[in-house]
Amino acid sequence: MKNRGFYRVTMLWMAFLAVSCSGKAEREGGEESARFEPKKVIFEHLGDEYGWNVGHAHIPLPVIVRGERGGWHLFSSARLLNDGAWEGFRLSHEGKYAGKVVEVTADGTEYRPWDFSVTKNAFALMICAVVLCALLFPLVRWYRRKPLTAPRRLRGMLEAVVEMLYRVVLVPMLGKDARRYAPYLLTLFFFILVANLMGLMVVFPGGANLTGNLSVTLVLALCTFVVVNFSGNRRYWKEVFWPDVPTWLKVPVPMMPVIEVFGILTKPVALMIRLFANMLGGHLITLVLVSLIFIMSAWGAAVAGGTAAVAVLFAVFMGLIDLLICFIQAYVFFMLSTIFISQLKQ
Amino acid sequence: MELFQADFGLMFWMLVVFLLLLGILAKYAWPVILRGIEQRAELIDRGVEYAEEARGKLESAREEVREMLDDAHRRQLELLRDAERMKQDMMEEARRDAAEEAKRQMEAVRRAIEREKQEARREMRHEVERLALDIAGKVLRTDLSGDAGQAELVHRMMDELEDKEGGLR
Repeated sequence: MKNRGFYRVTMLWMAFLAVSCSGKAEREGGEESARFEPKKVIFEHLGDEYGWNVGHAHIPLPVIVRGERGGWHLFSSARLLNDGAWEGFRLSHEGKYAGKVVEVTADGTEYRPWDFSVTKNAFALMICAVVLCALLFPLVRWYRRKPLTAPRRLRGMLEAVVEMLYRVVLVPMLGKDARRYAPYLLTLFFFILVANLMGLMVVFPGGANLTGNLSVTLVLALCTFVVVNFSGNRRYWKEVFWPDVPTWLKVPVPMMPVIEVFGILTKPVALMIRLFANMLGGHLITLVLVSLIFIMSAWGAAVAGGTAAVAVLFAVFMGLIDLLICFIQAYVFFMLSTIFISQLKQ
Repeated sequence: MELFQADFGLMFWMLVVFLLLLGILAKYAWPVILRGIEQRAELIDRGVEYAEEARGKLESAREEVREMLDDAHRRQLELLRDAERMKQDMMEEARRDAAEEAKRQMEAVRRAIEREKQEARREMRHEVERLALDIAGKVLRTDLSGDAGQAELVHRMMDELEDKEGGLR
């Protein structure tokens, strides 16, 4: 029964997607540029946007900006649809600020205001946080009610992951500090994991390229940077500025200290780039494979059909690999953060 | 390219959401979950330890029971052997007693017989003496039964006769 229900839901979704896709194709075909522009489509999907387009529907999200003249402006992203403008703010089409909200000044130039809009990614971020809480708090409730019985199903799965991370990674690496750093590191892991997995989902509420966004990974790397460097003790800083190397490497020209400081900075940068690039890559490949179908459709139905079959096959394969990468990247970020912290303690 | 630029607004939201999430989870979720995991692990460890201990105890108890059984068996054997020996002793004693008793009775009987024999002999001697006196009186046509001297004579002659036969007695 359950399987049949699942089957029906899947069929419904597929039908819905097919209809919405054909609708979109019609709409795009109606415009003067009938040509499919893969680059534009792909980067639209990978990037951020105001509001959230799901098929035809536009889920409006708040745009919050503060212009040069001062004063906060709050309006729905639906106002910006179809080249709309609101209180002097509109979407820029080309140039430096393409796709962003800009304000046009009296002399006709565009400038970018302070933009705190809840964009698609920001909204996905919040959904991700809510989902994570919704996953974890049942487990918390379980532990509060019957701490000595083993949870089953989803809770059991979550607990197995938590236990694996805690007992296999955190406790051996951090020792007695494991309890102190576990909340940060576990939050990091689960946040990245949930964001990655939600990114794999095709439609709302997933589908945002959250961890493949540099701003997001930058903040995550920054958090690890802060945690690592602010919990470093005197020995850690001594290792940085006065490492145990021949004196001539330190005194006239502070070569080693410079290298060490550089090392401190490269660690979070590497974290940031790794997660960003991996997740972006996964999305990019899938999008390219799907775009291929539309590019090839220029040569007729048979070519398009053949390409579709191959591309879908590859896309499914990539999807499976991405599923693996979602976990691996979350684990790697978590693991490396743990290693950086454990290096402080030696 | 937009993709490779960090967006200030999104960074702001990311920081806010992530720190909020971290705060909530660090305060309400992780401590409870980790404590729960540790508690249960401890419980399981204790359970295993307890089971191990119980198994050891059971093993030693079994050993003890076996020892006790062995002991009881040994004691039983000992008791049986004792009883056997006691029985033997008793039988031996009884037999010895019976033999002694029999011997004593035999002795008594023999003595009685001896006495009877003596008595009979004495009586026979009296009879013989009286008969001898009677015969002698018949021969002499006189009554000698009242004559103590004659009786004394016969008595002495009987003694001589007996001395001569000697072994008869």
